[in-house]
Amino acid sequence: MSDSREYAVGTHPDLPPPLSTSGAIGWIRGNLLSSPTNIILTVLSIYFLYKVVPPSLNWLFFDATFNGDSRQDCREASNGAGACWAFVKHRFHLFVYGFYPVEQRWRVDISFILLPLALWPVLFDKVPYRKHLLKFSIAFPFIAGWLLIGGFGLTPVSTDYFGGFMLTLVIGVTGIVFSLPIGVALALGRQSNMPVLRVICVTFIEFIRGVPLITLLFVASTMLNYFLPPGTQFNLLLRVLIMVTLFSAAYIAEVVRGGLQAIPKGQYEAADSMGLKYWQSMQKIILPQALKISIPGIVNTFIGLYKDTTLVIIIGLLDPLGIGRASLADTKWTGLTTEIYVFVAIFFFLSCFSMARYSLYLENKLHTGHKR
Amino acid sequence: MRVTQIAAVAAALTMTTMTAQAGTLQDVQARGELNCVVSTGVAGFAAPDDNGQWSGFDVDFCRATAAAVLGDGSKVKFVPSTGKTRFTLLNSGEGDILYRNTTVTMSRDADLKLTFLGVNYYDGQGFLIRKELGINSAKDLDGASVCIQTGTTTELNLADYFRVNGMSYEPVPIETNEEGITQYSANRCDVYTTDASGLASTRAALDDPSAHMVLPEIISKEPLGPAVRQGDDEWADVTRWVLNALINAETLGVTKANVAEHAAAAGDNPSVNRMLGTEGDMGAMIGLDKQWAVRAIAHAGNYAEIFEANVGPDTPLGLERGINASWVDGGILYAAPIR
Repeated sequence: MSDSREYAVGTHPDLPPPLSTSGAIGWIRGNLLSSPTNIILTVLSIYFLYKVVPPSLNWLFFDATFNGDSRQDCREASNGAGACWAFVKHRFHLFVYGFYPVEQRWRVDISFILLPLALWPVLFDKVPYRKHLLKFSIAFPFIAGWLLIGGFGLTPVSTDYFGGFMLTLVIGVTGIVFSLPIGVALALGRQSNMPVLRVICVTFIEFIRGVPLITLLFVASTMLNYFLPPGTQFNLLLRVLIMVTLFSAAYIAEVVRGGLQAIPKGQYEAADSMGLKYWQSMQKIILPQALKISIPGIVNTFIGLYKDTTLVIIIGLLDPLGIGRASLADTKWTGLTTEIYVFVAIFFFLSCFSMARYSLYLENKLHTGHKR
Repeated sequence: MRVTQIAAVAAALTMTTMTAQAGTLQDVQARGELNCVVSTGVAGFAAPDDNGQWSGFDVDFCRATAAAVLGDGSKVKFVPSTGKTRFTLLNSGEGDILYRNTTVTMSRDADLKLTFLGVNYYDGQGFLIRKELGINSAKDLDGASVCIQTGTTTELNLADYFRVNGMSYEPVPIETNEEGITQYSANRCDVYTTDASGLASTRAALDDPSAHMVLPEIISKEPLGPAVRQGDDEWADVTRWVLNALINAETLGVTKANVAEHAAAAGDNPSVNRMLGTEGDMGAMIGLDKQWAVRAIAHAGNYAEIFEANVGPDTPLGLERGINASWVDGGILYAAPIR
């Protein structure tokens, strides 16, 4: 036994820490049972999880019905205990493509596949052939637009048939891509020394920020028709895209302005003393720093914008939530509200959570030493 | 030069045809598509099916109109609308015709500048309530919380009914029928009120329909009918007579199955002959050809067939014809003759 041996002073080998402070037991003792309060909280949490998790899992998976042609089938299969995913399964294409013509849906599929390819070189540095891929990224909006709307050899598809996840992605991605540059320009305009430019930018930002998005969408969908000459047909989706973009641009502008104001005056003066012109100093010194500290705010705005796309139901465009609600009116399936909302929630959570994770990744990558 | 080219391309991209102020009929025919304002989803009346095709009672009337005007019942663009946006969509020109369980009222006709074309469903407002509350009459609803769709006549009827009976209620405003079902089944309100046709489907959609009942009182008249923008009488005539043709077809015994046979040659019944264009040329009076009614009926059948297929006793809604039966069968459905 170890105690029978004798060691010279200083030669005793390191012993493993006692079992009670290491490994799983140690972790549990340290983190879950360290004090009476902690013990109570742990017990309560376990009880809460016990009450919530098994029923949720049962509802979501074990008791759920995945096959069937109506709610009646689901009821018979599971006695109404589990989710009726057969509903979502039957409606899946509607959720993804909206009312896009069935024989043309491959075009949407191709756009879905190309989208990550176009985003990849933009979002990450270490991409092989990044330079060439970036050219593709710039061309992507036009390629996708051509694929989705048609013309030039493809059957034209009216944007009125857009719906579901596809509509969310079209509005979300377009809004995000265009609102960032417009927002940065507005922020710079607001800080500008030129009074006219500054007043224009301030007025624009304050007007948009002072009006709810729903109001703007209403104006886009209905009021505009009263102002334009009779008979003018201004594509509804385009109107929505413009409104959503302008709306989030105003918010981005304020976020970026926060970033600009956080840059010490010395940086501006240093740029001036180097003899840099306005755009040079902005491009090389101010904006890289300002945008870096604005990342959380910018991504926050983007996530907000992405979720706000559900508001288009008000003007009669059917995003996933709208498709879900309309589906509930089908007499075969009516009443399965929980399934619809859970399904749509999962979709939005996945989208928004990945945006949030990317923002964290970007912050860490650009973290160059003065993180607080 | 280049600037003008770019401007021209931009204009072409954003605006489709800038037509002069022609009538709606000409606009629709030039466009080759009928824009029909429907609901975002009312069971049995308008809802997209699993393949994204709209179907329902109102939808079939839209399609019949498109068949009469354009010769093809599939050339309809459905514009989904909520209770609040439906009139704006119609008046702003987003839609050509409104088929959305819309109650005909004087203020809508006169103040909102609509022209109602007739009635395609006679409804009335009722209450859905949990049996466990032990209430058997709407007169006992004092102090109840009521789920109510905003922007509808039901909202106004409810206020009137409670005022007349000296009762108070707590409104729980909702936007769509689906939201109503959700709120009601989550116990947010004691009572759900909407048109009786909607209550039947709502009750059928609940987890345990037998635990709920529809109160016997019907508190209002809800003649539901289609509407068009005021000021285009020609278009109003076209759409009105399509509706009348479908209703008349039932009493005249013209169905989806036999309409082609009737239309092939003039028969014994002059009313049928006039309607189907084998005698005289009624279509020319409304700017259409002789076969307009044949196409309308051939698409979804006559009124009775549309009713049976979408909301009738064999559907999950299970509505009886009731007062919506033809006048010859004791109902009040009665259309002016085509002559």
